[in-house]
Amino acid sequence: MDLNTITTVAHPQTRAQLPIWTAGDAWLAGGTWLFSEPQVHLTRLIDLADLKWPALTVTESHLGIAATCTVAQLDGLVCPPGWFAAPLINQCCRAFLASFKIWKTATVGGNLCMSLPAGPMISLTAALDGVCTIWKADGGEQKIQVIEFVTGNQRNRLATGDLLRQIDIPIAALKRRAAFRQISLAPVGRSAALLIGSLDTDGTLKLTVTASTVRPIQLSFPKLPNASALRDAIEQHIADELYHTDIHGKPLWRKHMTLRLAEEIRDELLGAAPS
Amino acid sequence: MSLDVNGKPFSQAPRAGQCLRTFLRELGHFGVKKGCDAGDCGACTVLLDGEPVHSCLIPAFRAEGRAVTTIEGLGGDSGAHPMQQAFLDAQGFQCGFCTAGMILTCVSLNQAQRTDLGVALKGNICRCTGYRSIEDALLGKSNVDENIDPGAAFGRSLPAPAGPDVVRGKARYTFDTQIDGLLHIKLLRSPHAHAKIVAIDKSAALSIPGVHAVLTHEDAPTVLISTARHERDWMDPEDTRILDDVVRFIGQKVAAVVADSEAAAEDACRRLKVDYELLPALIDPEKAMAPGAPVIHPDRTTANRVADARRNLAAETHGEFGDVAAALATSAVTYEATFHSHRVQHAALETHGGLAWLDASGVLNVRTSTQVPFLTRRALSDIFELPIDKVRVFCERVGGGFGGKQEMFVEDILALAVLKTERPVKLELTREEQFIATSTRHPMRVHIKAGADADGRLTALQLNVLSNTGAYGNHAGPVMFHSLSESIAVYNCPNKKVDGYAVYTNTVPAGAFRGYGLPQTLIATEAAIDELARQLGISPYEMRRRNVVRSGDPMLSPPPSEFHDVLYGSYGLDQCLDLVERAMRADGPQPDLSPEWLIGDGLALTMIDTAPPAGHLADAMVALNDEAGFDLTVGTAEFGNGTSTVHRQIAATTLATTVDRIRLRQSDTAHGGHDTGAYGSAGMFVAGKATHAAAMQLATELKTAAAGAWLCDVGSCTLESEAVVRGVRRMAFVELAKLARERGQPFAGTGNSSGTPRSVGFNVQGFRVAVNKGTGELKILRSVHAADAGVVANPMQCRGQVEGGVAQALGAALYEEMVIDADGRVTNPKFRDYHLPSFADVPRTEVFFAETSDTVGPLGAKSMSESPYNPVAAALGNAIADATGIRFTAPPFKPDRLFPALRDKFGN
Repeated sequence: MDLNTITTVAHPQTRAQLPIWTAGDAWLAGGTWLFSEPQVHLTRLIDLADLKWPALTVTESHLGIAATCTVAQLDGLVCPPGWFAAPLINQCCRAFLASFKIWKTATVGGNLCMSLPAGPMISLTAALDGVCTIWKADGGEQKIQVIEFVTGNQRNRLATGDLLRQIDIPIAALKRRAAFRQISLAPVGRSAALLIGSLDTDGTLKLTVTASTVRPIQLSFPKLPNASALRDAIEQHIADELYHTDIHGKPLWRKHMTLRLAEEIRDELLGAAPS
Repeated sequence: MSLDVNGKPFSQAPRAGQCLRTFLRELGHFGVKKGCDAGDCGACTVLLDGEPVHSCLIPAFRAEGRAVTTIEGLGGDSGAHPMQQAFLDAQGFQCGFCTAGMILTCVSLNQAQRTDLGVALKGNICRCTGYRSIEDALLGKSNVDENIDPGAAFGRSLPAPAGPDVVRGKARYTFDTQIDGLLHIKLLRSPHAHAKIVAIDKSAALSIPGVHAVLTHEDAPTVLISTARHERDWMDPEDTRILDDVVRFIGQKVAAVVADSEAAAEDACRRLKVDYELLPALIDPEKAMAPGAPVIHPDRTTANRVADARRNLAAETHGEFGDVAAALATSAVTYEATFHSHRVQHAALETHGGLAWLDASGVLNVRTSTQVPFLTRRALSDIFELPIDKVRVFCERVGGGFGGKQEMFVEDILALAVLKTERPVKLELTREEQFIATSTRHPMRVHIKAGADADGRLTALQLNVLSNTGAYGNHAGPVMFHSLSESIAVYNCPNKKVDGYAVYTNTVPAGAFRGYGLPQTLIATEAAIDELARQLGISPYEMRRRNVVRSGDPMLSPPPSEFHDVLYGSYGLDQCLDLVERAMRADGPQPDLSPEWLIGDGLALTMIDTAPPAGHLADAMVALNDEAGFDLTVGTAEFGNGTSTVHRQIAATTLATTVDRIRLRQSDTAHGGHDTGAYGSAGMFVAGKATHAAAMQLATELKTAAAGAWLCDVGSCTLESEAVVRGVRRMAFVELAKLARERGQPFAGTGNSSGTPRSVGFNVQGFRVAVNKGTGELKILRSVHAADAGVVANPMQCRGQVEGGVAQALGAALYEEMVIDADGRVTNPKFRDYHLPSFADVPRTEVFFAETSDTVGPLGAKSMSESPYNPVAAALGNAIADATGIRFTAPPFKPDRLFPALRDKFGN
């Protein structure tokens, strides 16, 4: 929709050109959320497109995802055969409530910064041990785990004027065996629970719970637990008040689905676990 | 800035925060539609450098140097793109408002996406069709009959006349026109559920450049009205001012700003300083009648047609035939339960709004998205004390209605603004305003008691209904009466009792909605029939056969009605029950489901009067034109209901010609005559009768002229193949047109219909469902619908109405839910939080028609557009009960709502 209070758009091309953050500013990445709701408190957009950050960079140790990388670009990444967790990328893209048309515009960074419980890019990058690089408003830089970055429903660790620059995924995480489960109230609705389990070569299980909880929660097990140990751990680590409540799912059901999907993941990974 | 749209360069610059959607429309590309303006519905889809995007989410400046293709440019110079032709062949649209975005999305799907349409099309909402015809378009199916002989159109699957324009993005909806010097209106809305406006300081708002006027209750006529539009004004209470000094729900309009731009109007709205004196608010309808409850309309009396303002009662009814209590005490089996139906929104993709101006002769013109142009004209004439011929209200194509546009929500403000500023004005509601400030379905609590004897004969039926009409009583009474009428009149039962209360609350008003109260009571009555049958070990089909009215049986619901004009013009309920039972029993693919899935069947039936009570009027005119075709003028509006198609079929059949020879003009008060409006499924049953009568009269005129020339008896002449024929003699319409020119007087016929007597139509819905006892998920394995529509005027369209009704009702039964918090605020006023059925959510429904011919309706036809909605939630509830053994009494039947009871019964 038209954002009628916007009077200017800044187009910085380098970090040095980023304008001094003032009240009424907003970063513009894809804009798919920004333009979807009235933003009467805003007067200036700072367009990140002309910074021309490379969308995806692969090094020996990391997959770097620019905050401005679109969902479609990430989904289109051709992954090497050894990245056993690669199917998670498409699975998480498909978990978007929005269709493939929005993926062409919406960005990975935008999804993280929105910090909705159902943000599937949060699920993906948190499960794969992603690390955020934040350009601090004061000119500095900060690194923080994705799992720590999102602190609640539409809450995160960005301070005023901070800018999420990129997310780095360790290649080692992409080489883990992974299992994905998601459920919503409608066949292609917003995620009410989205769980990802991944198994390291040493047998470590990481279970990442998203969508059902107000923030991503990761549980780590040195080896694949049995069903009751898994259940106990989830009940112990995820207090009832952490389960999200809104029109897309009641907390009691979200909790039950979390337990159920976790067990399905455990069961699926059982075959892949080192004995 | 430079960009290329449909191959043409443009150099205009957008505003800083402008989105591509409005920019493209400002450049004249009206095929780009606004459904939600928030990226959720896909109506604004365009191709940006060949890739489909939602243009409402794209900052317009990002189109710099890029190529945009809108629906108007898709076909190029050659006319239609193959996908446009496919949508035309399949008739993959009804109102057509989503069609441009749907087609542009479909052209961009790759082969993989086309194998998974549920996912591929999840970003495109169609509110009308139920998606089957859209899938047909993608499969290359044709659903239209071609090469139809003159006089043979009725009963055939003719395509909608607007189709070619709809698929090319040329069909003009409410805002698809350019008006110079247009001013824009924005509304300041109340943040309080109940408050008195003490003062409004306009000074800061008026100081904004470009602001022409700020209109408040001080500027508005004091006359009390209802936003509801009915032929008879006495059906609704006078409890509403167009701008009031008391606000009674969050979202009620407080002031209207008229400005050069929407931006200036919005800015001025934010700068209005309103001093409110807060009043106690009543949100919970259960508390409305309790002593000490806040009174919402303290000054209204029965003289205003408010039943009991002190008890917050907009309307009430009580009645009993026989003795229900005594009958229940001696019945073999009884059932009692309370059901709750929730609040849902019409979600027509075109929001409310309109354009208005004064023309050179001083006539107030209002171009608006309405189902009721003539009744709106009457209201504007009354409110502003204008002579009726100084007001013109009209619509071209309307982007969906579903009852929501049987109201006057914007036209009064448009008129006020035009009269104050004498400038052309526009008011286009946002999607959020649709949710918080128009109307919804009436939420209802329905308590039912029912009994039957050992043979399964009903002994008693009792309904107690509490209907929440919200802050105003538009449609409060008629919906309540309707909910208590056909729902029990369809059953023979010696003892019946009803109590109904329509109560005010400080919430967004409820209003007319497809089904008009019946869906809310049917989930109770149809559940009771099933529960009694289960106790007796009788099949639900058999139970119904033993109790439904048969042709000739009195159709009774207490208290005694003052309307005695409903008769069995035809009767097909027995066939409908048979058709559904047979189809449900037929072999089909066996679902491959784990034992966690519980499977069950359910059905529900509905009877509906074929027109509203107390008169529903329609005039039609038809004249032979110079080209030997016919000009047909009707008042009824087209918003996807298909009446434009059917009126032409009726006229063409009666006049022995083909539909392409019928030029239709519609829904414009300037054309003369009167039409109550397109509601209560009256567009065909009532207005169609008027068209038939007009065509019959013209046929007689033509025969008389020929008989005069041939010196023979008129009765010996017939119309055949575009001519009057008697034996071997033939006078072609071309000759008659020439004759008319020579004598200086056209051949013309007029017809009218008063909407009485009325007949009854029937629908039966069957579902087979699977419910996962571990997750609460629900799958529809089979959906079967049988409809008694009399002689089916257009099988393709009628099927579409049934499918669309089932889909819309499934939305309400499974997903859609407006949530209002303790303060009275709608918490989810956007599509992403109000899940409309998308392609993936709607099963294919097998549709069957009873073979009947109605003695009342035009050419044997009956109405069929709102009733398919009615039995759906009830049938689904019955199927879930059959599958799980649990009676769920409050839709929507979402997994998180089903889950607690499933866990209690089946464990983890």
